[in-house]
Amino acid sequence: MIERDTTERVVITGMGIVCPLGHDVETVWRAVLAGKSGMARTAIFDASTFPSTFGAEVKDYDPVKYTKKPQFHKHGNRGSGFAVGAAVQACGQAGIDVETDKPGDRINRSRLGIYLGAGEGSVDNDVFFAALVEAWDSEKGKMDWGKWAEVAFGRMDPMRELEQEPNMPAAHIAMLTGARGPTRSCLTACAASTQAVGEATEMIRRGDADIMIAGGAHSMIHPLGVMGFNRLTAISTRNDSPQTASRPFTVSRDGFVLGEGAAMLILESLTSARTRGVEILGEVIGYGSSSDAFRVTDMHEEGRGPIQAMSWALADAGISEKQVDYINTHGTGTTENDSIETKAIKAVFKEEAKNTPASSVKSVLGHLIGAAGAAELITCVLAIRDNIVPPTMNLNDPDPELDLDYVPNEPRKMPVNIAMNESFGFGGQNNVVIIRRLREN
Amino acid sequence: MASARVVITGLGAVSPLGLSVGDMWEGLCAGRCGIGEITAFDPVGFNCKLAGQVPDHKIQSYLPKSHRKAAKLMSRDIELAVVASDEAFRSSGLITKGIDADKINVDPARVAINFGAGLISCDLVELAPAAAVSVTDGRFDIRKWGKEGLEQVTPLWLLKYLPNMLACHVGIIHDIQGPSNSITCAEASAHLAIGEAAQIISRGDSDVALAGGAEAKVNPIVMIRQCLIKRATSENNDEPAAACRPFDADAKGSVFGEGAGVVVLESLERAQNRSVKIYAEVVGVGSSNSINPVYEHLEADGRGIQIAVEKALADAQIQPDDLDLIVPHGTGIAADDMAEARGLEAVLGEAVKEIAVWPTKSVLSNTGAASGALDIIAAVCAMAEGKVPAAKNCDRKADGCNLNIVKQAQEVDIRYALCCSYTYGGQTAAVVLKSFDGEATN
Repeated sequence: MIERDTTERVVITGMGIVCPLGHDVETVWRAVLAGKSGMARTAIFDASTFPSTFGAEVKDYDPVKYTKKPQFHKHGNRGSGFAVGAAVQACGQAGIDVETDKPGDRINRSRLGIYLGAGEGSVDNDVFFAALVEAWDSEKGKMDWGKWAEVAFGRMDPMRELEQEPNMPAAHIAMLTGARGPTRSCLTACAASTQAVGEATEMIRRGDADIMIAGGAHSMIHPLGVMGFNRLTAISTRNDSPQTASRPFTVSRDGFVLGEGAAMLILESLTSARTRGVEILGEVIGYGSSSDAFRVTDMHEEGRGPIQAMSWALADAGISEKQVDYINTHGTGTTENDSIETKAIKAVFKEEAKNTPASSVKSVLGHLIGAAGAAELITCVLAIRDNIVPPTMNLNDPDPELDLDYVPNEPRKMPVNIAMNESFGFGGQNNVVIIRRLREN
Repeated sequence: MASARVVITGLGAVSPLGLSVGDMWEGLCAGRCGIGEITAFDPVGFNCKLAGQVPDHKIQSYLPKSHRKAAKLMSRDIELAVVASDEAFRSSGLITKGIDADKINVDPARVAINFGAGLISCDLVELAPAAAVSVTDGRFDIRKWGKEGLEQVTPLWLLKYLPNMLACHVGIIHDIQGPSNSITCAEASAHLAIGEAAQIISRGDSDVALAGGAEAKVNPIVMIRQCLIKRATSENNDEPAAACRPFDADAKGSVFGEGAGVVVLESLERAQNRSVKIYAEVVGVGSSNSINPVYEHLEADGRGIQIAVEKALADAQIQPDDLDLIVPHGTGIAADDMAEARGLEAVLGEAVKEIAVWPTKSVLSNTGAASGALDIIAAVCAMAEGKVPAAKNCDRKADGCNLNIVKQAQEVDIRYALCCSYTYGGQTAAVVLKSFDGEATN
């Protein structure tokens, strides 16, 4: 493979978000700082009898608003629709023209790439379940495949079926932007979009692209998704108080709150950003990725994987843990995550651990699964911009075993120059990205 | 810091031609077709009744004792990945925890894993009884599903179907603690995963990587999707061996299947230090997008393929006429084959007439996220044996296709080989391999 003399520095020049707290970056940021909750009773489908009857849904959103060519995006699953809105916003901020055959932005399309951590779309529920019901022969205890095929062929919509594939959000962004550079989509569960940002950074560093649209898009708020998480007992069942259900680091935490959305960042080589004269929002300085290799169902007790990912990201950034001003935790609100993450932070940050603010915006945002990391990274960029650390809300009964500075219930004005974003996925993938206020040297 | 050169030191393949690389290569050379009538479920009512199915295997015999209980959490995609990974490590001479916990000769923190995975479809038989108890007046009732139905489903259900669970299980078995990624770009996944893994070693983040792809597409919900978007052939159901016809004038669609392909990648330095057999070097990686409003198909001029291949050749620092072999994606979908041929011709120019092109899906079937890895393994075998088997079913080349499809088995000295792929949704990928001649310089 070609060897290059220099490594490009990578900066952030655009951001976009569609999530339970709003459909643009500033609205979402204000809500995060105000501690406004994105949770409510589930409205996408009738979840009234599920163990969890609430979630963090994107509300009143129409992707068509973002496109002049709705016919290309009308089949999209929820994730693709969110991706379209977030990408259009991010491209707008970075000065990347969308939906035009003749872009005036002087960006070489073959050096404009895409890297998403994106999830699958929902099955077409009505048809899917109807086909199952009609085809199941309960006397014989088996499927009548002929019957199943009849219902499915008769009623399934080809494009809705295709749109369930996890690479579709990336397809929609390519159609919007004309991106012909390197493109990948990954799905490492809850760590996916942090991984996408990390690997996209590596592509620019290596010189394979000048600009990457990186982020995530996902919605698992559907009958099979909620069922799956409920069966795993991973999500909160605090049905009487959705808005305070996501309570990371408390003694009463009972799981995460399932959210949905998309978040996109425009990553760009410093050279390209300077040449184009666009505003630089921050610099990506470190990335670390590891696996637990422990158990399918549990995290390693000592947080071996998260410790490695944090350590490697610090080494990659060439900084010590003492220089990190803020940690945006994975902080899901599950018993296991919050205690192991705390242990891991202590192992890496040692005596600095208790002095480093470490908050969880999932307390208000919910858990956007594949899109979570990118959404949370956007809050890191804004924390640096505004020198303010977002709070962990609903932290009224701290777990006595967990004794870091989780920034309870109130945002904190303080200098923030370097922020670390952590994401850990089911199955043991751990990804950490470190960003910094741009320095001129 | 100089970037590391990356070589392939291990191969593992599970395909419709057998449970090993040897079986696959022998089948390819013999012109044996892995496609047959679907037996995994009764395809009555499906307009495509054909698939490439992997022969029976006993998953337990591939699992160390410590991981045997976890077999019940494995979807078929995961099983196939586990089987191919076992062969890949064994052939590399690397001893992981899963091969022999007493003789480990590799540092787990310096091993990466990067798998292409499909949208793993749930086992409908597992959900149907739960749906059947969620019925009111003969119709599915979501309120019953949320209560009675849900309780019928096994608690760990979700964990069988997350695409990252291939890498998760394999990573646990072999104690892989380095970077882990799961690329979900459908049929382009394995090339993208192998390319990314090579780059991870190249940049120094790992010394070894297990990379490839696996997917089990012989599932009613997967098959129906391919039928609905008209990518699966509905003809030749009674003639399985002739059904998938890449680049042929009578191509009517693809035939889907299941498989897993896994390679062990290693820095050249590490491989040479342990004096192990080096199968090939990964010298070029490229990717791009096809941009087509009709995004289940490639754009007609194949530009997304063209750009990916151009990038891979530039990365390898070679010219098109340096290539001796191309393994194309070649699905047997006429419009897509033609677009791919145009894209390749745009890169190759005059060389298009000379370079041997060997599509494999006519016998291996279209194994989705595994297909790119099986193609890379096929190319590596061809390089090692100095032989390209005949492509099957391209009896009369489609009008306008100028590719030099290998009609008869050829003895060729292959220095550089190109593998490329694309998928619905538009992602394209290309990987350039170079035969390893033992020299320590370019």
